Amino acid sequence: MKLSSIEKLTEWRSVLAKKNASGKSCLCICAGTACQASGSNEIIRATKRALIERRLLDRLSLRITGCHGFCEMGPFVLTEPQQAFYTQVKAEDVPRIIDAALAGEYVEELLYKDPSTGQKYYHRGDIPFFKNQQRTILEANQKIDPIRIHDYIAEGGYRGLEKVLSVQDPVWVVEEVKKAGLRGRGGAGFPTGLKWEMLAKQRSNGGKFLVCNADEGDPGAYMDRSILEGNPHSIIEGMIIGAYGTGATSGVVYVRNEYPIAIKHLTAALQQARTLGLLGGNILGGGFSFDIEIVRGAGAFVCGEETALIRSIEGKMGEPRQRPPFPIQRGINGKPTAINNVETWANIPVIIVRGADEYAKIGTKNNSGTKIFSLVGKIRNTGLVEVPMGMTIKEIVYNIGGGPVGKAQIKAVQTGGPSGGCIPASMFDLQIDYDSLSRAGSIMGSGGMIVMDENTCMVDLAKYFMRFLKEESCGKCFTCRKGTQRMYEILDDITTGKGTLEHLDLLEELAHVVKDTTMCGLGQTSANPVLSTLRYFRDEYLAHIQNSRCPAQVCKPLLSYSINNNCIGCQACGKACSVNAIHGERKQRHFIDASKCIKCGTCRSVCKYDAVEAA
Amino acid sequence: MKGKVTVTINGLIVEVEKGMTILEAAQFLGFPIPTLCHMEGLSPYGACRLCVVEIGEGARAKLVTSCTYPVEEGLKVRTASTRVLRARKMILELLLASCPQSKIIQDLAAAHGVRQQRFRQEHEDCILCGLCVRMCEEQMMAKAIGFRNRREKRSIGTPFDVHSETCRLCGGCMYVCPACQLRCTYNEPEKAICGGCENLTPPCIEKDPFDDMMCYMTPCVACEQPKN
Repeated sequence: MKLSSIEKLTEWRSVLAKKNASGKSCLCICAGTACQASGSNEIIRATKRALIERRLLDRLSLRITGCHGFCEMGPFVLTEPQQAFYTQVKAEDVPRIIDAALAGEYVEELLYKDPSTGQKYYHRGDIPFFKNQQRTILEANQKIDPIRIHDYIAEGGYRGLEKVLSVQDPVWVVEEVKKAGLRGRGGAGFPTGLKWEMLAKQRSNGGKFLVCNADEGDPGAYMDRSILEGNPHSIIEGMIIGAYGTGATSGVVYVRNEYPIAIKHLTAALQQARTLGLLGGNILGGGFSFDIEIVRGAGAFVCGEETALIRSIEGKMGEPRQRPPFPIQRGINGKPTAINNVETWANIPVIIVRGADEYAKIGTKNNSGTKIFSLVGKIRNTGLVEVPMGMTIKEIVYNIGGGPVGKAQIKAVQTGGPSGGCIPASMFDLQIDYDSLSRAGSIMGSGGMIVMDENTCMVDLAKYFMRFLKEESCGKCFTCRKGTQRMYEILDDITTGKGTLEHLDLLEELAHVVKDTTMCGLGQTSANPVLSTLRYFRDEYLAHIQNSRCPAQVCKPLLSYSINNNCIGCQACGKACSVNAIHGERKQRHFIDASKCIKCGTCRSVCKYDAVEAA
Repeated sequence: MKGKVTVTINGLIVEVEKGMTILEAAQFLGFPIPTLCHMEGLSPYGACRLCVVEIGEGARAKLVTSCTYPVEEGLKVRTASTRVLRARKMILELLLASCPQSKIIQDLAAAHGVRQQRFRQEHEDCILCGLCVRMCEEQMMAKAIGFRNRREKRSIGTPFDVHSETCRLCGGCMYVCPACQLRCTYNEPEKAICGGCENLTPPCIEKDPFDDMMCYMTPCVACEQPKN
């Protein structure tokens, strides 16, 4: 079926919405990557089987959705319209959930319980994790089966496109995005409207390109993945609107090959949109044409950088080139190209449908809208959280994230992935937006947020990120290739006890030069982990160098294990030691042979009397 | 592209031709900017980062590679500000730490007063400036060599390291190489810093006299540099 006009689409939407509003109960099962990993496929299979065997298909429907964000509690089942949220479900729980959903009751023991207070929540919206968020983008994920365009349209999808095509003014589109104050969600925070305006002004006789940058490579970040997997049509709609506003003729979604589900869902979505006439030639009979293709990236981190991404799309070696000329002047095949992040594109339909003024009310001045963060690390509620800009770190970490997992206090968060910086707990009142983060020495990045507690060594953390960056540097420009390598060497020396105070000065000096002189964003931000940890956690560096001590007891070469007077000689540690480094008679105090000890820490974890000490 | 633009280089207000890069303009005017990866007739590449200059003012001041940055109206360039020199010295120190046997690098380091090399010493030959690759492709029309791999494993060579059929053994690649055309025969591999040739004041005169004056006769003075 091809929709030949805007009216046909509106008409069809109301038909679909009516069908969906039949009041039938529905089980939503998250099939995002994280939930699939924790076993949601089993749940889905069991549910399907039960629904068919018990002939319940006309009373209860099943919706397999993308990521809801609460990955810590996966796999979970959400019932509609009850909004009961069953966490960490197992296949054998499925029949009970079905019975309860049919009867309008609850399976009490599977409901989400707050781990610290033990309070039970009957309604999903009451759970602090969800309650404290403002989910304008992610909310759609749970209402949509990503491979069914019907769901998206019934939920109001492509209404932005409708609006744009009925206004019929490209300048209005760009002005609207400008007025909304949307800033690029990829990390640098360049105003999207301005970028579009620049592209619209570029003259080109061979077409212009729009690119969706889905080369999300930060360790621990997966918000783009979840949007692509859970709601691919929002990206497509955003890109069509963008094309209308800027006069672009072709679109490319550059997605990394490590995201197979995203590629699958996006391919299906593109096909459906084309079949319906929402994409391709003469969109909705309005005489405007635009098509999108998928280019799969081979997994180089640097290809998330604009110029490297363009070269990769062109089929060349993925390495950046010096700007200017900027992609907006000379991009893919020398044609003007605007590149936006997945999340930016997902925001476009929201802006158009709600209106720029309404959108600009979310968040703070100059930083409007919401931002999705992937909250990971040493925190109770890991997952994707969407909050308005300007929320403080404290609110995110404690109110939404639920605070630390164990006894250890949270000491810092790392924002912005490997290129970002650490923000210490003393600064948790900082509002999260592009400007204040960069003042604090970090970046927004694409939105990774890694929480660290007292058991994380900041030097080791800087070393970890530097190793990542060193491995991912393309090697084209000298200061990035050698700079990251040398910074890693120095950090490695410090964590193995070979560091000196001169090393520290050299590290700082080098980091500043690398930041100043490298070619692309990867190199320019590669010094951030070092500089921010040096700024806020210099004492940890000094402890490593001057006292040969790792305060978080992470850096093995600086550790030594010993057994104190608490030892009752139970011999548990001796049995657990894989290198036979522990000696001692039964019921006598034991000793560790430091020359044999490999510092694995097993003895400490098996000791029930706190007799093994690390220093 | 015809026309002139007015730029300020090191405080000097000059008119230069539109379409020039900062490097070309500065060199035309006689301001020295060191570079290892730029050569007339080859496309700008911006890999060695030595040619960085500072543009803009105040908080917006930034370093850019002069070999790729086109001059624009009202541009203010500083080719030897403190920030530029600090960066250049560090880059030279990094270069010395990797390729100590290039005379060009040793000379540049000496000219910039780099007196120490604080990194772990390596002995590589290639600095991956890419001149040979561009020479082969753009001037010799051969494309026989190219870059391979990434990070520190990046290297230049023919595909699969077998002799390329398109290579005519013209030697253009060797001709342009800044790292291997002249070798520095410094004899203190631990420190890998020489700088004798460019130091106009003989560094050893002030100190204890040498046993003989042989050091002045080799290309490099094997003089001990003061620590730090």
